[in-house]
Amino acid sequence: MDVTTLAEVSGNVATIGYGLAATGPGIGLGILIGKTIEGMSRQPEVAGQLRATMFIGVAFVEVLALLGLVTGFLFT
Amino acid sequence: MANLALGAATTAAAELAAEDSSSNGFFGWLFSSNGFHAPTVDEFFPPALLFEGTIFELNRIILARIIAAAILIFLFWLVARRAKVVPGRGQGVVEMLLDFIRVQIVEQVMDKETAKRFLPFLTTLFLAIFAFNVTGIIPFMNMPGTALIGLPIVMAVWVYILYLVVGVKKHGLGGYLKTSLFPPGVPKGIYVLLTPIEFLQVFILRPATLALRLCANMIAGHLLLVLCFAATQYFFFEAVGAMKAMGTVTFVAGFAFTLFELFVYALQSYVFVMLSAVYINMAIEEEH
Repeated sequence: MDVTTLAEVSGNVATIGYGLAATGPGIGLGILIGKTIEGMSRQPEVAGQLRATMFIGVAFVEVLALLGLVTGFLFT
Repeated sequence: MANLALGAATTAAAELAAEDSSSNGFFGWLFSSNGFHAPTVDEFFPPALLFEGTIFELNRIILARIIAAAILIFLFWLVARRAKVVPGRGQGVVEMLLDFIRVQIVEQVMDKETAKRFLPFLTTLFLAIFAFNVTGIIPFMNMPGTALIGLPIVMAVWVYILYLVVGVKKHGLGGYLKTSLFPPGVPKGIYVLLTPIEFLQVFILRPATLALRLCANMIAGHLLLVLCFAATQYFFFEAVGAMKAMGTVTFVAGFAFTLFELFVYALQSYVFVMLSAVYINMAIEEEH
């Protein structure tokens, strides 16, 4: 009995993994930056401090997406 | 009419010549490839230029680092050599940059006394990272010096040792471990969970993410630029018919991403220095 292949995937599945890895940080960045803007519009006088704190948070969120990128290269 | 014919003839001859020399010479290499080559990780391991096989192996990326360092030192030497009380144009720009680092980054995190103590280190870090990053969009270098993990690791280890040393100096070894591993104000039982996490955080994750963030950003940015311009080359010289027009899109996108990368380079230096300042500040902070 011979097997009929109806569909097959060629290439690397790791790309799908990176797509998944980017969704979480994407949502996170949206919430983080949106909330900062909210805070800035409520209290424009602390905008500088909020921005500095936001960038620290952005750095922490962003590194998750970058780990996804790095693992894509590592486990091919 | 004759002009036009002549033009057509020269174009045809040029095309013929290009086809002839497709196997040798710079232009042969430039215009001949079969199919689209997507960039790979090999991009970051160019052939060695000097000292092949030794630990001093010099390739294109190392050369870009050396040039960036030399230019940075030269520029600041040039400005510092004839520094005046009333700054000229060049000195004015440099002073604005130094002022930005002091006011917008370091003093946002530390109080003024502490900031004064660590400012030289953090300023050096910012300028060095930016100089090594920006080689990524300078024509003919086109490779960020920080895209290989070595340089980010050196910088992260520098910060790591610094914040451990100032922390231990300030609180003593036991005191530092107590403030960093046992944050006050939580019930005793929680320490079973909290202390291992804090240990990982302080001793492994902080330096590792500092280095990884910088390096991975540079790798991603460089691959993005290479992809845009490789696609442009493919569309213009190899695609047929209407597909050639797609080359215009990728060409413009390549320039847009070049500008975006410049922004990312500045942002990454900012983030690196900001986080270093935060870590140092956390190490010397008094217990609340």
